[in-house]
Amino acid sequence: MAAARFRLSSYLWPFTWRRTCTWRRHTWRALSSNPSVKVEKDDGGLGRPFDKVLVANRGEIACRVIRTCRRLGISSVAVFSSADTAAPHREQADESWEIGPAPSSESYLRADKIVQVAKESGSQAVHPGYGFLSENANFASMVEAEGLSFIGPPVPAIRAMGDKVESKSIARAAGVNTIPGFDGVVPDADEAVCIARDVGYPVMIKASAGGGGKGMRVARNDAEVHEGFRMSEQEAASSFGDCRLLVEKFIDCPRHIEMQVLADRHGNAVWLNERECSVQRRNQKVIEEAPSPFLDPETRHAMGKQAVQLALAVGYVSAGTVEFLVDSQSQFYFLEMNTRLQVEHPVTECITGLDLVAEMLWIAAGHQLAIKQENVPLHGWAVESRVYAEDPYKAFGMPSVGRLSRYREPVEVPGVRVDSGVREGSEVSIYYDPMISKLVTWGETRAEALISMLHALDSYVIRGVTHNVSLLREVIASERFASGQLSTAFLAEEYPDGFHGHHLTVEESEELVAVAAALEASFLRRARTIKSQGRPSLPMSFEPIELWVHLGDSKYEVKVTVKDEKTHVVAIGDHEVEVFGQIDLSSSLLSLEVARIKRLIQPLCRDGTGRLTLQFLGTAYELRVLSPAVARLLPLMPEPLTVDLSRQLLSPMPGTVVSFAVAVGDNVVSGQEVCVIEAMKMQNSLVSTRSGKVKTVNFKPGSTVGEGDLLVEIE
Amino acid sequence: MAALTAFRGLPLPLWARFGSMASLWTRQVRGLSQLPQPNELGGQTCRNETSGLKERIANRREAALLGGGVKRIEAQHAKGKLTARERLNVLLDHGSFLEFDAFVEHRCSDFNMDQTKIPGDSVVTGRGQINGRTVFVFSQDFTVFGGSLSGVHAQKICKNTSYLFITGPDVVKSVTNEKVTQEELGGAQTHTAISGVAHRAFDSDIDALLHLRHFMDFLPQSNREAAPVRDYHDPSDKLIPALDHIVPLESTKAYDMLDIIHAIVDEGDFFEIMPNYAKNIVVGFCRMAGRTVGIVGNQPKVASGCLDINASIKGARFVRFCDAFNIPLLTFVDVPGFLPGTNQEYSGIIRHGAKLLFAFAEATVPKITVITRKAYGGAYDVMSSKHLRGDMNYAWPTAEVAVMGAKGAVQIIFRGKEDQLAAEEEYVQKFANPFPAASRGFVDDIISPSETRRRACADLEILKRKLQHNPWKKHANIPL
Repeated sequence: MAAARFRLSSYLWPFTWRRTCTWRRHTWRALSSNPSVKVEKDDGGLGRPFDKVLVANRGEIACRVIRTCRRLGISSVAVFSSADTAAPHREQADESWEIGPAPSSESYLRADKIVQVAKESGSQAVHPGYGFLSENANFASMVEAEGLSFIGPPVPAIRAMGDKVESKSIARAAGVNTIPGFDGVVPDADEAVCIARDVGYPVMIKASAGGGGKGMRVARNDAEVHEGFRMSEQEAASSFGDCRLLVEKFIDCPRHIEMQVLADRHGNAVWLNERECSVQRRNQKVIEEAPSPFLDPETRHAMGKQAVQLALAVGYVSAGTVEFLVDSQSQFYFLEMNTRLQVEHPVTECITGLDLVAEMLWIAAGHQLAIKQENVPLHGWAVESRVYAEDPYKAFGMPSVGRLSRYREPVEVPGVRVDSGVREGSEVSIYYDPMISKLVTWGETRAEALISMLHALDSYVIRGVTHNVSLLREVIASERFASGQLSTAFLAEEYPDGFHGHHLTVEESEELVAVAAALEASFLRRARTIKSQGRPSLPMSFEPIELWVHLGDSKYEVKVTVKDEKTHVVAIGDHEVEVFGQIDLSSSLLSLEVARIKRLIQPLCRDGTGRLTLQFLGTAYELRVLSPAVARLLPLMPEPLTVDLSRQLLSPMPGTVVSFAVAVGDNVVSGQEVCVIEAMKMQNSLVSTRSGKVKTVNFKPGSTVGEGDLLVEIE
Repeated sequence: MAALTAFRGLPLPLWARFGSMASLWTRQVRGLSQLPQPNELGGQTCRNETSGLKERIANRREAALLGGGVKRIEAQHAKGKLTARERLNVLLDHGSFLEFDAFVEHRCSDFNMDQTKIPGDSVVTGRGQINGRTVFVFSQDFTVFGGSLSGVHAQKICKNTSYLFITGPDVVKSVTNEKVTQEELGGAQTHTAISGVAHRAFDSDIDALLHLRHFMDFLPQSNREAAPVRDYHDPSDKLIPALDHIVPLESTKAYDMLDIIHAIVDEGDFFEIMPNYAKNIVVGFCRMAGRTVGIVGNQPKVASGCLDINASIKGARFVRFCDAFNIPLLTFVDVPGFLPGTNQEYSGIIRHGAKLLFAFAEATVPKITVITRKAYGGAYDVMSSKHLRGDMNYAWPTAEVAVMGAKGAVQIIFRGKEDQLAAEEEYVQKFANPFPAASRGFVDDIISPSETRRRACADLEILKRKLQHNPWKKHANIPL
C-alpha cells in the first residue's frame, strides 16, 4: 500500500500572513532538508490525495478546508442552506449545492441529502469539519457505504470515543491516566456513597450521557452524595433517556489541556503537542494557546505518549484530540477524545508548521504519515481568540445577530492569522453558531504572541453586531493570564460579578477624554467649512475650544488647542494631554499617540449632538462632548422615562421560542421558569423576576422573536 | 424652516450682544432683590439725563435677560424645559447671538395685563450663527400652543413635555364624546407616528436643539443658494463590497434599506426625517462627497416597501422640500406596487400617489435613481423614474423592472392554463432582470452595488450645474 508521499508543499501555510511571518519559511526549509522525511511519489505524479472533496459544513471551517483543497489542487464541493446563499464558503468552493432551509436540522444535519450531493457531484471524499455531522457515526457509515472516503476516524472509533463510559474504560485499558471513580449503572444512593468513599472526597456526580459539565454536581460528604445522586439520576433519565451515572474524583483548580494526535491506517501515530484551553465559559472555550504555559517537557511527553496509546488502542485514524484535566500538581487525567478536527487546531498548526487538514486528506487517501514523532517541531507560541457575535456583558456571552456593516480583519498585523467565514455585509443569523472568526497570533515567545493579539484585537473592525472583543482583550491583557495561572474557572474567578468591560484608570480616562475632545474639536472645525455658493462660513479662530466631556458619571472641563493639523493639546484641569496623529473623521480606526502612548481607537458612532461612542482598550465607552453653555443646562433636562420592566419578560436575544411554562392566568413566583428561547445552539431558560399573575403570553412555541420582544407580561 | 428667518419690523433699531450663560448664571445667584422689578422700569420718558439713562438702559437690558423673572425661569426649569434665551444659547454658536427688540413691551391693558409688563414681551428675537452661518431666530418664553407656533417648533417636538392639537381633550369630549388624554390626542408619539404632524421627537429641549443644529448644516442659507458643500474625509470613489450581497436572492425576503443608505453616504451620517411615520418609505438628508443630498428609499422591511397614502405624502413633501432648497435627490427603489384595498382606494390613493409622482416630475434638482430590486408597475413610474425626467437611472443586477412579479403576472396571463411553473420560469427569465428596462433606455446603466457611491458622487459633481426651468406659471397645480 501507499508509502510516504511527496507533499512538502503541505508544510507551507497558504494564508496571507505567510508574507509577514518569516519563520515559517525557515521551518519549511528545516523540514524539507530533513532526511527523515521520505520523499516519494506514489500517486501517479498528481500530487493530490483526491480529485474532488465535499465539505459538509459551513462558515469558517468550511472555508478553511476549501483553502487546503484548493492548495492541493482538489476540487471542492460546498453545501449550503437557504440562509447561506451569499456565504463566502459557497463562493470559495468550486461548486456548491443547496441542501435545504435555514434550520440546520433541515440542512447541515441532513446526512441523507449531503451523501446524495456527494454522490451526484462525483466527490470521492467528505470532510465533515467540526460540529454538525462531524462526530456522527451514522453519517460516517453512510458515506462509506456509498464507497466514498470519510475524512475522519473509522466508524468504530467514533462510536467508542463518543460514549463517556466506554471511552474511559478503553483509555484505562490502554494505560491512560483516568480520574479515579466509577462509571456505570449505580443502583441506589447508598451504593453511590460507598463508591464516593472509595474514590475519596470531593467527588463529582453526573449523567454518563451528558456532555461537558451539563448536570455535573460536586459532593464533599455522604449527605451531598445522596442529594447529588437523586438529582443526577432524575436528569439522566429525563434529558438523556440513559440512566448511567458517573461518580469520580473532583479535581480542584483544573486546567483543560488537550493533545493533538494524528494517526494513519498503517499503525503510525504521532502527537503534535498540546493546546491549553482553560479559559472557558459555560464549558465553551474562549481562548486557546499552544503550547501550554504550564506543562514541562516530561509531562508533555507523558501526556503525548498516552494520547498516542489511546489512539492506537481504539484503532484511531486521522486527526483527533485527547482532552485531559490537569491539576495543580501536573497530574493529568483523561477527559474525553474528540474524533474530529478541533476548532482550535490553528494554534497547533502555527507551532508545528503542519497543515492538519492536508494531513487528514492524505491519511484518508490511505497514505502513511510523513512525519516522525522526533521531527515534530514546537516552534514559538500561538494564541487563539474566538471572536463571537455575542454580548459579553450578559453571562460572558449571549448571542447577538445582525449584519456586519463594516468588517475588516487585522491581517496587516505581523504574525496574525484570521480564520473566518464572513465578510463585510455578511449576516450573523439565529440559525448557526455565532462565531465570527478565530483570531490567531504567533510569536517567538508567549509575550510576543500576546502583544500581537492585543494589537490585532484593537485593530479588528467589526460593526453591526455586538461582539466579545472587550472580554477577549481584557483576559489577554490581564496579569493573571500573562502569568499563565489558568484554570477552567478563570472567568468566574476573575469576574465574580460578571464581566463589565475594561475598568479605566485615571490616566486612561483622561486619555479617552482627550481623544473625544480632539475628535469633537475636529468635527467643529470641519463644520465651519460649509460653503454656500462657494463662500465658506466664517472660519473658526485658533483660539482654544472649551468643551465639557461626560464619561460615565464624571465630567471633565477641557480646553482643546489645535497646534497644527495633527496635534491637539487637550488641557484637563492643571495638566495637558497631547493627542498626536491624523484625525480622519470617516475612519473606523484611528491610530493616535495619546500622551506619548500609541493607541488604537475605534469611533463606533456619533450622532451630531455630541454623543460619541469610542472603543478604547477593547471596550466601548459612551461619551458626551458639549459646549460649556449646553453642559451647564443639561442637568435641567428631565431624565428619560424608565419603564418598570420587572412586569415584562423581554427576550434577551433573538431566537426561537421553544416552550412556555406558563399560560395566561397562571400564578408565577419570582425565579420561576417562564419560557425557553433557543438561539444558535443554546437553550436559554428565562425566569420571572417578580411574582404575580400572567397577563399575556405573546408568542407561540416555534415562533421567531427579536431581542427585546415582549414575551410574557405579569399583572 | 422658514420660521428661522422670520423677524418682524424693528420699532427700536437697537441690538445688543447677548452675554454668555455664565454671566446670566451669576446674575441669578445675586438674587432678584437687587434687580429692578420689571414694572418699575416702564412708562417713564427721559430725554437728557445721560448718566441716568445709561444706567437705566443697562438695568432694563438686565431685566430683559431674565425674561419673566427668576420665578418664571424656575417654573420653566421645573417642567424640564428651557427658557427662550437658554434655547437660543443651545441652538447658536457660543456668543454669536445678537438680540433685537429687547426693550419691547406688550400694550395690552385688559384683565390688568398692564400690571405685569415683561421687557422683551416674552419673545426673544435676533440673529446668531450655527457653525458660522447666520440665522435669524425668534424664541418664545412660554410654550403656549395656540396656533402661533413656528414651523420649526411644530416639527421638532419633545417627548413627554409637548402637546399639539387644534381642539383639546375637553372640547373633544364635549363635541364627539371621545375620551382621550392630552398625550394620546397630541403627544409626541401621536404626531410622529400617527398624524405625521411632527417630523421627529426628542427626549429633551437640549436634544431637540442640538439635533436642529445638526439639521441646519444640511440646508442652504436660502432657496436661492445651491446645496451646501462641506469638507469631507470619506473618499468619494470608495467601493463598498458589502453592498454586493445585501439584496437577498429570494425576492420575497426583506432587507433594511437603511443598511444601504448608511453604507453609501458620507461617514454613514443620515439625518432621517419622520422615522416613525409611514416607515415603508425612508426619507432624510445626507452628504455625498461633502454636498447635501436628499434620499428617498422604499423600505422593504416594512410592508414590503409598498407605496400607500401616507408613504406617498411623506415622500412628496420631502421631494418638494429638497427641490425648493436646491438639494439633489438620490432615490433607491425596491417597490412591489401600491398597497391594494378598499381603505386605500376610498381614501384616494390615486390622488395621493399622484402627489409623489407630481413632486418628482416637477423637481428640477439633480435626480439620481438606483433600482435595487423590485420596480413594479405604476409604483416604479412614481419613484423618480426616467419618465419623470430622472438624470441618471441605474439598476443593480438584482433589479426587476416589470409590470408585476412573476407569480402574479403568470396567474393573470396564463389564467386557467396548466404548467404555471414553467410559465413563471419563462417570465422570470424574460422580465425579472434589468435587461428589458436597460434595452429600452429606462435605465442608463446596470451597475454593481459596490460602485454605487462612486457613481453617484461622480454624477452629482457633473450635475451640480444642472439648470432646468419649468414653464412659467403662477404656481404648480399639485393634486392636493
